[in-house]
Amino acid sequence: MLELDSLRRLAFGPYSLSLGDGECVSIEGGSGSGKSVLLRMIADLDPHEGQAILDGRRCHAMPAPSWRRLVAYVAAESGWWAESVGEHFEDSTRAPPLMAAMGIGAEALAWPIARLSTGERQRLALCRALALAPRVLLLDEPTSALDHATTLLVEAVLRARLTDGVGIILVTHDPAQAGRMAIRRLVLRGGALAEQAT
Amino acid sequence: MSVPALSVSDLALAAMLILANAALSLWLSLAIARDIAVAAVRAAVQLLLVGLVLKTVFESSSLPLTLLIAAAMFAAASYEVGSRQERRLAGWWGYGLGAGTTVLATTLVTLFALFTQLQPQPWYAPHTAIPMLGIVLGSVMNGVSQTLSGMTAAVARERNAIEARLALGCDRATALRPLQRRAIRSGLIPIVNQMSAAGLITLPGMMTGQVLAGMDPVEAAKYQILILFLLAGGAGLGAVAAAVLATRRLTDERHRLRLDRLAPASRH
Repeated sequence: MLELDSLRRLAFGPYSLSLGDGECVSIEGGSGSGKSVLLRMIADLDPHEGQAILDGRRCHAMPAPSWRRLVAYVAAESGWWAESVGEHFEDSTRAPPLMAAMGIGAEALAWPIARLSTGERQRLALCRALALAPRVLLLDEPTSALDHATTLLVEAVLRARLTDGVGIILVTHDPAQAGRMAIRRLVLRGGALAEQAT
Repeated sequence: MSVPALSVSDLALAAMLILANAALSLWLSLAIARDIAVAAVRAAVQLLLVGLVLKTVFESSSLPLTLLIAAAMFAAASYEVGSRQERRLAGWWGYGLGAGTTVLATTLVTLFALFTQLQPQPWYAPHTAIPMLGIVLGSVMNGVSQTLSGMTAAVARERNAIEARLALGCDRATALRPLQRRAIRSGLIPIVNQMSAAGLITLPGMMTGQVLAGMDPVEAAKYQILILFLLAGGAGLGAVAAAVLATRRLTDERHRLRLDRLAPASRH
């Protein structure tokens, strides 16, 4: 479904990777190894060489906003541009079921952003991306601020998407999470992608 | 209409106020005595030099000379706009964008005034064209520099918010619109305040000058209204052009935020 062909930026890459329908590939690696650089290249958020192809359609052959709706990147640090939570959803009627599945009540839609905890921000940023129903999710440490029980809730939501055929590239520092979620575990080291020795 | 000529002793008497300021600074350890003295001397020397140059240019009424003066004023204003940026655009854009929009907006508004309301003969008559250019340029310069600093600082500060929107499939215009609006507003607040306060709190310098020179106050007021409208028009045009171009430059055709096109933070 998603093909990455020699993505390269600055000293990082070339990275090539193939992701199938309903597959989750995890990427581990130390700080500064280029995990976020890789995800940002796939989302076409930074200038880069090489190409990404989704279901036979090249990223550069379609407008970047259309690509990013299909290949949704959720950054490690979430960004907020309006006062309240609800304003961050394109269609806020789609938000409550997603929020509920991650342990957040619908009343949070009216909350000001300043009131949210780090963990709530992290889950809401994920909800926001899921509400677009993308084909591929690029997740940069999506549960780093969550306790174990909440992490499992989020993983259950993600697993349901996998069942629907969505592909996930999951950057994580948690080998146990990679073990639970990923069909293939990769590691970024020295600017190259390698299979994780298990 | 004649103004009583000021003698050297008149100015010397006024300079006592500067000396009093400096004395106060020394007494209260404000450490600003030196700055006040230097600034006062600069103002005196600069203004007298400008007076001399303008006297020559006015008497010559030559187009090339007028354009040369205009070019010098544009250069100084462009440098000022560029150097006021906390985060400048990298490369020649750092000065080029502010300079281009300042020159464009100032030229359009000044020509508009020269060819419609003022109609001096010839149209470039330096005693009308140069003061007009100067007063419009000052307002445009403030509008452009404030707007540009607002844009570049906000883009760097709000990177996460902007990229979150881009990542969710917003185009670059939508993702940067809130910043653009805020930057343009901040660029226009000074001229809005100036218009609101005109006459009530401050008597604008130009009108004061004309009244002192013996002009009918109502006529002077009409001139001042014209000037304020020109200033507002120029500042608005400059601010919008600067915000639009800065948005284009800070993003690319793939709707990416290009913070690599900002020079590293300087001075502050």
